[in-house]
Amino acid sequence: MSKPEVNSLRSPLGRVRGLGSAKSGTHHWWMMRVTSVALLPLFLWFVYACFVLAGASYAETKAFVGAPVNAVLFLLLIGFLFHHIANGLQEVVEDYVRPELKRMLWLFAIKGLSGLLAMIAAFSVLRVAFT
Amino acid sequence: MATFTLPKNSTIGAGKTFKAEPGAKNVKSFKIYRWDPDTGENPHTDTYEIDLDKCGPMVLDALIKIKNEVDTTLTFRRSCREGICGSCAMNIDGLNTLACLKPIEDVKGDVKINPLPHMPVVKDLVPDLNQVYAQYRSIEPWLKADTPAPPDEERRQSKEERAKLDGMWECILCFCCSTSCPSYWWNGDRYLGPAVLLAAYRWIADSRDEYTGQRLDDLEDPFRLYRCHTIMNCTRTCPKGLNPAEAIGKIKQLMVERQG
Repeated sequence: MSKPEVNSLRSPLGRVRGLGSAKSGTHHWWMMRVTSVALLPLFLWFVYACFVLAGASYAETKAFVGAPVNAVLFLLLIGFLFHHIANGLQEVVEDYVRPELKRMLWLFAIKGLSGLLAMIAAFSVLRVAFT
Repeated sequence: MATFTLPKNSTIGAGKTFKAEPGAKNVKSFKIYRWDPDTGENPHTDTYEIDLDKCGPMVLDALIKIKNEVDTTLTFRRSCREGICGSCAMNIDGLNTLACLKPIEDVKGDVKINPLPHMPVVKDLVPDLNQVYAQYRSIEPWLKADTPAPPDEERRQSKEERAKLDGMWECILCFCCSTSCPSYWWNGDRYLGPAVLLAAYRWIADSRDEYTGQRLDDLEDPFRLYRCHTIMNCTRTCPKGLNPAEAIGKIKQLMVERQG
């Protein structure tokens, strides 16, 4: 490796303390655990739903999705899934993407896209259930 | 982006081979990373053939033998030669460890020795540890209490309270763990790394310390603490058999616990 890059004459301690602690991160970390635990049973149910609906007609599918329990489970699955996806991708971006501006743009894109997809998915469930 | 390949001036070339004396029967090759800041050349790997019949049992013994008898320019840190000072931390046979605690016979084939990974190199096997020392300083690794100590007496602690510090006070700050952690490689400027977080938890868990909450405040950060993804390289590599991953897990637990 080459010589340590010196971009600043600031002391190592000053650099390490930097802008201080963000006083956050716990909620994000905890929600990763909560959503992954919630997704375990929801995914089992989703696999079951896929088997039930395999080869079913639109009317049968509509009846299945429109049943209150199934509709709620679908919405829960969508909510937890996209929350989990957005949080997980945020971790990857924070790990690898530099500099700050580029990282921020990636996070915007991830949150925007996952929010959009979640809304489209939820709207589709409601539409099938209520029309 | 994080850099996944070595920069051009860091690619390692082939170096010299120092043959064993004629007649040596029990020969082992040591392939050692060499870099000299004064030459301006890329690093290279030198090979030293050592007669193990005339050498002590540990990798550090071989390094000292090389420096004394074969090549005096070889540069490395060492002090206590018994695993308590942490100076001779380096990457041996692909694992960060202390050269003084690593038996040569445990290494199959050639003994490959490199400096601690992903740290700036000062020379040969000597890494620049300024940043990680500053990170250790930043967690204020000393007892902080507003209550004055009892006159002419130490601060008391029950046996159970004292037992909570076992597995942490033994850390010798060799930084084998921090430099084995991919998260620390990519984000070492902001992530504190396992060694420093273990030290932080040592003071968080100390019943005599009165600044537990503030210590947690200072760690509650997406980068300082939460870059740990429980990869466990730290625990696997620790030459003292400690478990920094567990300490970090306990810090995260306390973070959740205090949310209510």
